[in-house]
Amino acid sequence: MTDTIDHGRRKLLKTTAGVAVAGSFISGAPYVMSQEKKVLRYLGTAVNQSAEIAARAKEDLGITIEYIPVTTDEVTKRIITQPNSFDLVDTEYFSLKKLVPSGNLLGMDASRIKLFDEITPAFTKGEINGKKIGDQGTAPKKVFYLKGEKSTEFSDEPTQWVTLIPTVYNADTLGIRPDLIGRPIKNWSELLNPEFKGKASILNIPSIGIMDAAMVVESMGEYTYPDKGNMTKDEIDMTMKILTEAKKSGQFRAFWSDFNESVNLMASGEVVIQSMWSPAITAVRSKGIDCVYQPLEEGYRAWAAGFALPSTIKGQKADLAYEFVNWFLSGWAGAHLNRQGYYSAVLSTAQANMEPYEWDYWMLGKPAEKDIMSPSGQKLASAGEMRDGGSYETRMGGVACWNAVMDENKYMVRKWNEFIAA
Amino acid sequence: MSARTSRISIYLLALPYALVFLLFFVVPLVLVVVVSFWDYTEYSIIPDFIGTNYSDIFRGCVARLPELCTAFATYVSTLKYVFLSWFITLILGFGVAYYLAFCVSSLTMQITLFLLCTIPFWTSNVIRMISWIPLLGRGGLVNQFLMNIGLVDEPVDWLLYSGFSVTLAFVHLYTLFMVVPIFNSMMRIERSVLEAAYDAGANGWQVLWNVVVPLCKPGIAIGSIFVITIVMGDFITIGVMGGQQIASIGKIINVEMSYLQFPSAAANAVILLAITLMIIVAMSRIVDIRREL
Repeated sequence: MTDTIDHGRRKLLKTTAGVAVAGSFISGAPYVMSQEKKVLRYLGTAVNQSAEIAARAKEDLGITIEYIPVTTDEVTKRIITQPNSFDLVDTEYFSLKKLVPSGNLLGMDASRIKLFDEITPAFTKGEINGKKIGDQGTAPKKVFYLKGEKSTEFSDEPTQWVTLIPTVYNADTLGIRPDLIGRPIKNWSELLNPEFKGKASILNIPSIGIMDAAMVVESMGEYTYPDKGNMTKDEIDMTMKILTEAKKSGQFRAFWSDFNESVNLMASGEVVIQSMWSPAITAVRSKGIDCVYQPLEEGYRAWAAGFALPSTIKGQKADLAYEFVNWFLSGWAGAHLNRQGYYSAVLSTAQANMEPYEWDYWMLGKPAEKDIMSPSGQKLASAGEMRDGGSYETRMGGVACWNAVMDENKYMVRKWNEFIAA
Repeated sequence: MSARTSRISIYLLALPYALVFLLFFVVPLVLVVVVSFWDYTEYSIIPDFIGTNYSDIFRGCVARLPELCTAFATYVSTLKYVFLSWFITLILGFGVAYYLAFCVSSLTMQITLFLLCTIPFWTSNVIRMISWIPLLGRGGLVNQFLMNIGLVDEPVDWLLYSGFSVTLAFVHLYTLFMVVPIFNSMMRIERSVLEAAYDAGANGWQVLWNVVVPLCKPGIAIGSIFVITIVMGDFITIGVMGGQQIASIGKIINVEMSYLQFPSAAANAVILLAITLMIIVAMSRIVDIRREL
């Protein structure tokens, strides 16, 4: 898993560097025009910007991928403020509520995506194997289609124009240190259990942190939200009050906003239970430390990302982008992502690129037949072990809500700042 | 050359810098002030002239007294770290500068020791800050040591992600900003002045307090301005060392910017700037910095 960890580090450095210059407003790395003709500037978070994918794309398509790795929030900011600075963007579905009205993104033409019909119905219909999955928050199916190529409105009915062609998604939950907790953890409410006073953490990214908080509040039996992903002002107040009380009583050791911080908090034992992302769990484990991505009764908080083109893109660049997107769905990249614990958009092609024992472990939740290796050849699980949370169907089927942008987002961000100051 | 042409040439000489200053300082600053009065949505900023960005910041601040609102609580917290960092870096910085200037007699040695002080600056701010974490954590070296010598039974929590670790990091990062200007002031003090003071019967402390300190005032003021302005606007050190549990104005601005709330961030920046300027003006009232430059 050195690969992922390295990404983490790189991302940390980039993030901190980005933060360091954030005051100067323009925080993009300078871009030097390459002599090569087939070049795509690929804006996104480091999640699926792996060097292996770029190398393979170069080999298969002759396209040079120039990554512009930034944080989730920074991706949004870039699309809004500098739509000319990239040729292809990989962004999260929940950002679309901000991005689409700006008119800076172009609808993706479904007829140019060869495997469009193979894309998992988790996106198009919000179901897995015919079973409906949770759709609170900005579920991809709510923002999947546009009314037209340059439309700034979502369409409830399927159209030819798709907001994002999905790349990667996952179901998130709490990470725990079973060796330091020593008992089973089954509910989100454990995050605020006084037993873990001074040893818990939540992520300091307001739009995601509030969703984790909502899962906790519901699990505590305090309140059941009509829609966790779109709270009223009163609901925001109530949620933040519970968090603030916990903070004042010293529940939290620290907050984190960067992937790597969560890894360090967990690996050092400063924290034993916290919001976490799946590659962070893998990173902790690859240090030989026991860390579990704990499935919880209330379900998962899901997220999903996909490709879009800037509205300024022109002919040949657009062709290149479509060529790359089609390649991305054709299997190799999907298998690469699945092997890191993410899920790919077109499962059938990814399966064809994975060994049967790998597929059984990652997607079917079966005990590993042999040792499970990361794409870069580090051991992630020994023979006989099972994936946390089980199969694709169980994990994605257990989604309770999706990352979201609320109508009361402005208010929520202000309340979140208040919480940090409390 | 007539007086008139010499005046023109003076203006011409000042022109390049004035232009740079105008383009890269005045214009952006004016833009920040202008944008702070604009309206905004999730994805756009709208030219307007509204005061809500400011009133939102202080909403309920008066009504909730004596309980502090976010803005007040954040400024109180920020000012606390400003004061602590300023005070400690001043004492340390003055001490180090005094030793370099008066206790080290050879110039070569002075230069060598001075350069030694700058060695930590060869690595980045962030690295110097992060290196404290394995030292101060629950399983860190300090706690291991304390437990080994039997001073504590349980690891001490307040060493990291606390006000202590934030202050420690600030002092570590910024003491040199105090040392340099104070050292510079001290080197300009005529040794004969000190001798005269001793000859007149002053003891060591009297010389320090009545001669050295007053003559170092400009250095102290410049160092103070460095430390105060940096700490006022900091959010990385407070974030990393405080486990993001401690508020800072910089972090609020940072969060607002990442949610594209530029006008609100601009309003916060204007207020931060105004308060920082007030502190600096107050200081320059006490000390005439220009006299020494």
